[in-house]
Parts: sequence; structure tokens; C-alpha cells
Amino acid sequence: MSAPPALTLDALGQRCPLPVILLARRIGDVDAGELVAVLSDDEAARSDIPAWCRMRGHAYVGGQALDGGAVRHVVRRLH
Amino acid sequence: MAASSPAPGHVEPDRAARRPGYLDAVGARPLSVTARNALAAGFSEGWADPDRGHHEGRRARLLLDAARQAYADVLGCHPDELRFVPSRGDAVRAAVDGVRAGRRRVGATVVHSAVEHSSVISAAGRDATSVTVDAMGRVDPGAWRAGVAQPGVALAALQAANAEVGTRQPLTAAVEAARAAGVPLLVDASHTLGSGPVPDRWDLLVADAQTWGAPGGVNVLGIRRGVRWPEQPACRVPVPLIVASAAALEESVASASARAARATRQIERIRAEVPRRIADVAVLGDPVDRLPHVVTFSCLYVDGEALVTALDRAGFGVASGSACATDEVRAAGPSHVLAAMGALTHGNIRLSVLPDTTDDTIESFLAALPPIVAELRARAGAGSL
Repeated sequence: MSAPPALTLDALGQRCPLPVILLARRIGDVDAGELVAVLSDDEAARSDIPAWCRMRGHAYVGGQALDGGAVRHVVRRLH
Repeated sequence: MAASSPAPGHVEPDRAARRPGYLDAVGARPLSVTARNALAAGFSEGWADPDRGHHEGRRARLLLDAARQAYADVLGCHPDELRFVPSRGDAVRAAVDGVRAGRRRVGATVVHSAVEHSSVISAAGRDATSVTVDAMGRVDPGAWRAGVAQPGVALAALQAANAEVGTRQPLTAAVEAARAAGVPLLVDASHTLGSGPVPDRWDLLVADAQTWGAPGGVNVLGIRRGVRWPEQPACRVPVPLIVASAAALEESVASASARAARATRQIERIRAEVPRRIADVAVLGDPVDRLPHVVTFSCLYVDGEALVTALDRAGFGVASGSACATDEVRAAGPSHVLAAMGALTHGNIRLSVLPDTTDDTIESFLAALPPIVAELRARAGAGSL
């Protein structure tokens, strides 16, 4: 059972590429091994947050559906 | 604007119709001189109803039959196995509905790749199996085999190649799997017909003639004899359009290898240079087993709509698969093709070169793009990310 995210970012209402930019700007605020959650209702974020993780060497842990169609994307900083 | 010297089989378009930097052949192309002349001749001689018994009708019928024979020669089928309908959606719906009706005792499931044209996904509806694709957009042969072998499958549908990312599908393996399962296969040969080897083992075939330089509004639907097919009312495309599309097809076939060599080289240049000149760009699709004239790449931290607009101001007309790009074809969300591939979807540019796109245009594009991307990233506060 993993720890709760060390940081939660609210990107609701922001359309691509803003949610990913927000994540990229703030990932340094947590330590390696910790989790960041990104709340996004942007359809593109479902593909783009995992793609960003791949490009930057972090882990996409998963996306949890929220009420209203938004998703809570969870990323683990790896380095 | 440098003029290129015509090579054998070179397609001569009307240059006045567009900017040299128009790079959206997949979206639409201006008619070549040949196609335009055939269209004019078609309207001059073939405007009457080809089903009528009068002289004018019979003249239109002759032109229609000649055009249909030209298609049959290219496709290696009988002329009476071919119909013409106005849109890809019409062709696909007719194919799906017709086969579902004919095979209703078997089932209604349509098996298709996750990256089919939206008209296929739409016609398949909810009783469908969407077969996953790999990171390059190619359907997984094992998953395809398993999909078509399920009970209750009415039809399998697979594109010959994907026009968004260029990747060719494993048609031979897909045909064999469908045959083994006793399931008819619908091949979407748009973008490949007229430009290379013809898929030879299909039960049904659709192709949008605009993809080989015909005027819009002509789609061919091929149904092999032996496919159980309920009689459906004919969807009539005007004979002049069909005539022009056949002329464009013949011209396309004649120029195919010269066009492919040139386009392959130009696209390879873009594939190699874009990631060299710009950081954090994902160039998508199979680098080798692909349509010669198409390339798609996604730029991290860039707004796709802003990128299209900036490139347009710089003289380049391109398309985009991004959700954040204005594209009337797309509803909410990014391209389903990019999403199915797990690819980066924002900052996406889709280029497709035309038969007469010059090397100078390619170099100008490569020079224009990096400062545009840098500016957009800086403006979004992502310049140092």
C-alpha cells in the first residue's frame, strides 16, 4: 500500500499542454520516490501525462476517475 | 519559389491554387491538370443519367463503364464488384451494414484496429472489438488473430496504412487470420491505392478517391462476388466525378514510384532533422514501413493550435492531431490514433507532402520550426523545463 501523494496539483479547467507543464514545473517539489497527483479534466492528459513520464524517466502510477469526468493522475518521481 | 523539373510520370498540378508551403496532402490536394481536364470532359459528355435509354444517358453510361473498368484493372477485380458512393462514411456503413445483415446468423461483432478511420469505429458501434496497436500504431497480429477467432464475428476491418502516422498495417497476416476464422475482411485502401502494390486478398474494400488526387465526393466500395450481400439502393455519385477519379487513379499509378522515392526522401529528412534541431520532440510511426508522404511529430510543452497558427503565418499549411488544435473533424479530445498509441498528443503536427512539394520548401520548414517552438515554449513558461 503506497503513501498518499506528497503533492497534489489542480489543473482542472486547463487544456493541453498546461497540465503537463504544471507537472513538469512542480515535480522538483517532491523527493525522488514520492508521489505527485495531478487533477485534470483534459482528455489529452490521459495520454500526455504517461507520455511525459516516459520522456522524463518517471513512473506513471495510474489514473483514478473522479466525479464529473475528471481524472486524478498519479506520478512517482524516480530521480 | 523554385520550380522543379518534371520527372517521368510527374504529376503537374495547378500551382496557382496554393502556397508552396501547403503540406496537408492527406487533408486535401488541388486537382492535377489531368484530373481537372477529365472532370471538365466528364461534365461535358457525362452529365446525363447513365440509367436512361436515350443517347445522352447511354453516353454517360459508356463513360461510367470505362471508368469502372479502369478501377477494376487496378484493383484486379470485376467491374460489377465496384460501386461508388459519396463519402467514406457511406462506403463503410454500407459495407458494415451489408455484411452484418448477410451474416446475422453468425453474429454482429466487428473487429477493427484501434486506429481505424473514425467512420469505421463509428459504423462498428458498440458490438465491436477494438484491437490494440503498438507504440508505432501497428496492430498486434496475435491480438488480431484472437479477435477475429471469437464467436459471433460478422466482419473484420483493417486499414492498409494509417494516414495520421503513416505506419503500414500487417495486411497479409491479417488476411490470413480472417480467412482462417472464416470472417470476411474489409480493407480500407485509402492513401495506398494508386500509390503502391494493391492489396489483393480482400472481401470488401473501401477507398477515398481524394487520397489519389480525385475531386472529393468519390469513394469506391468493392464487394467480391461471394460476399453475402442484401440488395441495397444505389448511392449515386455523378458520372463526371467518377470519370475524373478514374483518370486521377491512372495518373497516380503511373507516377507512383517516382512520387514514392521523392516523398520518402523528403519525409526521411524531416524525421531525421526535427529531433536534431528541437529538443523533446517525439517523431511518431514506423520510420520505414510507412506511407512515403506522411510524418507526424509531437512537441513537448507546445500548444498544438498555436503551433498550427504560427506555422500558417510563416507560410506552412499543416494539420494537427492535438486536442488543443482547431480541427473540425475532431470532437473533444486528441486524435484517437495518437491516444491508442500512447503517444504524446499535444504540440502535434501532421505533415503530408504533395507530389510537387519542393526540397526548398522542406528546408524552409525545417528552418522555420525551431524558433517557433522555442517562442511558444517560452510564452507558456516552459522555456527552461
